[in-house]
Amino acid sequence: MRAANIEEAVEGILPHMVIEPGTPQEVAATLKIAKIAGLKVIPRGGATKINWGNLLEVAETGASLILSTRRLHRVVEHAWGDMTATVEAGCTFQTLQQTLAEHGQRLALDPLWPDHATLGGILATNDCGALRIRFGSLRDLIIGITLALPDGTLAKSGGKVVKNVAGYDLPKLATGSLGTLGVITQAIFRLHPLPRESLTLSFSTSDNATMNALVLAIQDCNMVPTGLQIRAGSASPPEIDLRFEGTATGCEAQIDQTLHLASAARRIASPPDVWDAASKLWNTPGPSVICKFSLLPSDLGTFLDLIQETSESPHLPWQLVAQAVGAGYIRLEAPNIDVLAPALVPALDRWRKKLETRGGSIVILRCPLPFKSKLDVWGTAGDALPLMKSIKARFDPTRVLNPGRFVGGI
Amino acid sequence: MQSRILDQFRAIVGKGLITEASQLHTYECDGLTNFRVLPQAVLLPTSTADVQAIVRICQREKIPFVARGSGTGLSGGALPVDNGVVISLARMNRILELDLPNARIVVEPGVINADVTQRVAPHGYFYAPDPSSQSVCSIGGNVAENSGGAHCLKYGFTTTHVLALEVVLPDASIVHLGSRVVDRPGYDLPGIFVGSEGTLGIATKIVLRIVKKPAVIQTLLAAFNTTEEAGAAVSGIIAAGMLPAAIEMMDNLAIQAAEASVHAGYPNCGGLLLVELDGPGPEVEHLIHEVSGICTQCGAWEIRVAQSDAERAIVWKGRKAAFAAMGRISPNYIVQDGVIPRTALPRVLSEIERMSAAEGLRVANVFHAGDGNLHPLVLYDGRIPGQEERAMELSINILRLCVACGGSITGEHGVGEEKKMMMGEMFAEPDLDTMQLVRCSFDPEHLANPGKVFPRTRLCAERTGPYTPHPLEVAGVAQFF
Repeated sequence: MRAANIEEAVEGILPHMVIEPGTPQEVAATLKIAKIAGLKVIPRGGATKINWGNLLEVAETGASLILSTRRLHRVVEHAWGDMTATVEAGCTFQTLQQTLAEHGQRLALDPLWPDHATLGGILATNDCGALRIRFGSLRDLIIGITLALPDGTLAKSGGKVVKNVAGYDLPKLATGSLGTLGVITQAIFRLHPLPRESLTLSFSTSDNATMNALVLAIQDCNMVPTGLQIRAGSASPPEIDLRFEGTATGCEAQIDQTLHLASAARRIASPPDVWDAASKLWNTPGPSVICKFSLLPSDLGTFLDLIQETSESPHLPWQLVAQAVGAGYIRLEAPNIDVLAPALVPALDRWRKKLETRGGSIVILRCPLPFKSKLDVWGTAGDALPLMKSIKARFDPTRVLNPGRFVGGI
Repeated sequence: MQSRILDQFRAIVGKGLITEASQLHTYECDGLTNFRVLPQAVLLPTSTADVQAIVRICQREKIPFVARGSGTGLSGGALPVDNGVVISLARMNRILELDLPNARIVVEPGVINADVTQRVAPHGYFYAPDPSSQSVCSIGGNVAENSGGAHCLKYGFTTTHVLALEVVLPDASIVHLGSRVVDRPGYDLPGIFVGSEGTLGIATKIVLRIVKKPAVIQTLLAAFNTTEEAGAAVSGIIAAGMLPAAIEMMDNLAIQAAEASVHAGYPNCGGLLLVELDGPGPEVEHLIHEVSGICTQCGAWEIRVAQSDAERAIVWKGRKAAFAAMGRISPNYIVQDGVIPRTALPRVLSEIERMSAAEGLRVANVFHAGDGNLHPLVLYDGRIPGQEERAMELSINILRLCVACGGSITGEHGVGEEKKMMMGEMFAEPDLDTMQLVRCSFDPEHLANPGKVFPRTRLCAERTGPYTPHPLEVAGVAQFF
């Protein structure tokens, strides 16, 4: 336990202390004490996404603490014969992958900033990338979880076997819950073999409609890409990256098939590290607004049209990386947020309306602090919000964990 | 049940209200026939509004209700409760919408699993979860049980393929969980609802993902002298970095039964392996040779690759008919659904053999070998006094063995009525109490399928206690259950 440094402030709030428990039992005990003492708790892994969500609802006088999983960093078990791994929450993604690679396996996931992001944080934010088109998202890879609850309970759900329907699926409930229900101390994942070969090819398309048609055509044939990514920006036409993994002959056959399909597009050299494009989108020196969006794959083209239309006047430079399953990030440069805010808010509103009417969403993940207080970063929660609030009230009745940060002010 | 209430039900569903004892008997059990309870009434709604109106009455009058699909469940999940009604979704069986560009299909809960594939097959798609009962079981039932099937090794379970649901909650409100678009902000409510065995509400509309049919499918059949040899081949395939669409294993007793029943042409051997690979043609060609080589190395004395769709269908028919086929070699049987870490297979199989010999009861083994899901079939003769009890004891002991190896009491059949007393052997009290928090959020009055899944009814006002280690943890046997 120690006092928090100024760099550890979360969206303008400097917590009073940082606690780094060494065991899951200590995490549970810390939560219990915090609850009794009326302290608010901000769970933290690698702190790469600590600013995601609404502003913390901590009154000026309220005391808060950061509960760091830094010391819970072990790969507890790699049962390579069973293709499962048990990992502590504070283990970084890269450490896990290096351990698994010793037996030719991987967690088939490509989150943001793998060298710093921890499994606990990746789970809490439900962060996944291009591989999901083939292997699903976190909810399809996690098979067991240990959660520490504010009342000091340490609860386990799921298990070490891939197939298991005994009891409620709490691993899924915890995934993407932004640390509002409990603190993840340990998780178990199903694994996949490392691919024998991996080949990437990229295309440039003339316009959004052509891009969308090609993306749908690739998904509507029987190829099995392990990545299908769209990159676009205010200064560049949409580009498509496609990756195949497996045996060399399998990859080659699919590349032939793709070239045949993509006659309307121009093949380009794949930029180096093209599969890190989503992470790189965040590397920007000036102030910016970054949103995650989700939409039906068939709406990608028209959404890009709308972005272009709304960002022309006043000119808002933007860049986007999307996965063909229908999720992506968009970055808007905002060198002078005060000047741009009047244009930015209605633009985001229009995008949100368009996506939400079709079942999609826009979540604002990064924006200048004064701007954030004027926004609901999550958008409309729908008619299930009362149910979500009721779940929160059962798990965390006194709102110890990340109060106010999640959907609908949960 | 009071006629006042029955009249109200009749006003909603008209002739879709069953109260005649002779007709009610149809609903007294599901696929697990040794548990039977006669419901007070059965209701057959035809719309979400009907379901909501029924649940509203149940809520007001505190009448417990059990939702039912096709009644093929194997754990007693659809077993009626005393003083309760059964709400059958069989008449809500319309496919509402097909969105091919986004590979989604919207169905009502009574739609039959195989009909989804049939509807999308002309467009080159299929619905991946394929429980052996797929020609009769309903999507609503699959959602309740999170059904799997042989191909879930590669394609995942029902939960992988459910994007969104319209649900009538036990308080009669209608809510929409998830979205047809991925990553809806908020808690993953479809994730918690799928597999909740009817204890959280009734799904009235389901958005499913469909999957493009692979370019090539090849099915290989390999005959071994023993299940140990076959098990070694499975390990070899996994170690080689392959992820087949399915790996199934049958022992000699199961093969005999399947042969007597559907004449699949299986070789008469001690351990039969069925491996299906799918994907791009050249890749499948290449890998099927590798699989064949691994099988030979592990002692396979006959290897066949099904040459046509028709041959493949026959091979699968034998496997999928295996449970029902037991009737050919035994008057009665109990089927179990334990899961073990795959590497524990040799140890568990020899232990089952020992237990079977000690009890003097035959056990046939059919399993999804790729993911360690065992279906031991304990054969017995119900006419011999005491044998049924011994068979049940044996099947429970097999589940205990699975848990002791770090596995689960159920991989796809659900806990239901049958295995709820086993939950306490797999989970510690705090684990079960935490699951109960979810139950109380959805159904504080315990009206939806009460008494199932959990070993005792926990009241929503009860407080959960602090962590206490599970006895197995204290013994150092299991770390995470």
